[in-house]
Amino acid sequence: MKGVAFGQYYPAESPMHRLDPRAKVVMAILYIICTFLCKNLTGFLVLTLSAAFLVVISHIPLKLVLRSLKPILIIIAFTSIINIFMSRGEVLLTPESWRIKIYAEGLWNALFMVLRITVLIIGTGIFLTYTTTPIALTDALEYLLSPLKKLKVPVHDFAMMMTIALRFIPTLTEETEKIMNAQKARGADFTTGSLIKRVKALIPILVPLFVSAFNRAFDLASAMECRCYHGGEGRTRLNVLRYRTVDFLAMAAVVVFGVGLLLLNRYGFGYTLS
Amino acid sequence: MYKIYLEHVSYIYGQGTPFEKKALDDVSLGIREGCMTGIIGHTGSGKSTMMQLLNGLATPTEGRVLLDGYDINSRPEDLLEEWKRLPEYKNLSKGAAKKAIKREVLRRKRELCFRVGLVMQYPEYQLFEETVFKDIAYGPQNMGLSEEEISKRVREAARFTGIEEELLDKSPFDLSGGQKRRVALAGVIAMRPEVLVLDEPAAGLDPRGRDYIFEGISHYQKTTGSTVLIVSHSMEDMARYCDDMVVMAEGEAKLHGSCKEVFSKVSTLSEVGLDIPQITQLMTLLRKKGLAVAEDIYTVEDAVLALRKLLQKGKGES
Repeated sequence: MKGVAFGQYYPAESPMHRLDPRAKVVMAILYIICTFLCKNLTGFLVLTLSAAFLVVISHIPLKLVLRSLKPILIIIAFTSIINIFMSRGEVLLTPESWRIKIYAEGLWNALFMVLRITVLIIGTGIFLTYTTTPIALTDALEYLLSPLKKLKVPVHDFAMMMTIALRFIPTLTEETEKIMNAQKARGADFTTGSLIKRVKALIPILVPLFVSAFNRAFDLASAMECRCYHGGEGRTRLNVLRYRTVDFLAMAAVVVFGVGLLLLNRYGFGYTLS
Repeated sequence: MYKIYLEHVSYIYGQGTPFEKKALDDVSLGIREGCMTGIIGHTGSGKSTMMQLLNGLATPTEGRVLLDGYDINSRPEDLLEEWKRLPEYKNLSKGAAKKAIKREVLRRKRELCFRVGLVMQYPEYQLFEETVFKDIAYGPQNMGLSEEEISKRVREAARFTGIEEELLDKSPFDLSGGQKRRVALAGVIAMRPEVLVLDEPAAGLDPRGRDYIFEGISHYQKTTGSTVLIVSHSMEDMARYCDDMVVMAEGEAKLHGSCKEVFSKVSTLSEVGLDIPQITQLMTLLRKKGLAVAEDIYTVEDAVLALRKLLQKGKGES
């Protein structure tokens, strides 16, 4: 469980870590839009550079960032292959024995698509998961979605549910590991035998895990009731989020970046997407 | 001859991540066969980690763990060397050999679990079966024993841990905390391990539950002559039940020896934030006041005997 890289907070001291989580959520959304604004080679070069810049200022090791791309490698490969073969235009090469023609447009489209997905993943990772703790993130979402309260959407309750779920992920993984170890010590075997045998081998893990998860939920509910928790109504916060000038400047920077990309679509050079 | 020998063992959690932590630092330690050894130390001193190294759940980052003189963690490379000498090996393809070696490593790991029984902290969470009997039988079943043998071992383990016959048909989830703990303990004892390792077996129990557990373990050890290791916070319990003691602090084994030897090093003990048993402290105070009591009194029972003797002697003189 310690090996999961995608979506994991990386503790460090960086300007990106210090930004207000709400600003980061807004910036992440704006940045995603930016990745779709690019139309030509210049734009994509600038976009790639911006992703590199984000990695540098957030002090996240490059290795960790690249590792987060691993799970979507298949998607990247799949889309690029589709793009290579599905575009029409100037014929680049037609190997005699093949039925398929490869077009220059196809290659460009594939390259742009790969860049777009990569930058998208790296960008959202940097803005959200790597530099923002999950708790801060749900806090930010609660703030940003609070206008929906007017429409009787229980925003606070959803945020609380998310916070609790996030809070208990590490606890439950730890618990699973502990139970697995305990059953292994009694000679449990999860790795050999037929599929049915292996599924059956999970029972000694799942039963105790569910029992303890339910117990934990009951305990937590009583503990919250004992402290008079009654939902979001009139509830104040321990850590009130406050925007600083830096946060506005950072958000403005992303907007300017997007406008810049639009201008590049017009004045830039290189292959242009139709 | 030591039953278990740790040879320059180090263990690092999360190596290569920002959360890296050294839990054990170059520990060398021998555990005598057929003895109760207590392992004592504060939270984070590395004692629980050490327990997991003993039955192969964790592999030392550096160093070796020897059981009866053999390394418990067989490395695939060593196995390959060993197998190359066998005549059957020549008929195997490289892939098949690799697979066979992987299987063999796993098999040995499992075998080791049956030889070194580990009872983890708060072991009652591992219960899962419909009845207490079935739960205790889980380990022996995994060993592939016959029904008859399983039933025999379950009843034997239940006797050692003081579980009444009528409890065997109940659901383990209906039992009290102390009973659950004893069932979990019986589940490991039923495998008849040569070495029994217990991580804080009495944590969170009331004094009576605590006595039950320790009496059970002690009974098992005396009857079968197996080697037992107990991790604990309580100096009193250690003094009462253990032959040897190891004091752990900051991932190192600071002291090791018989209870008497360890308790005599009061200054080292207090350096790592541990105390000698309260009754021993009391005896030391009494000696300072001029009463002729022995130094090596570690249990209340011994203290009662010594004081009674003293009182009778006093009466005789007056």
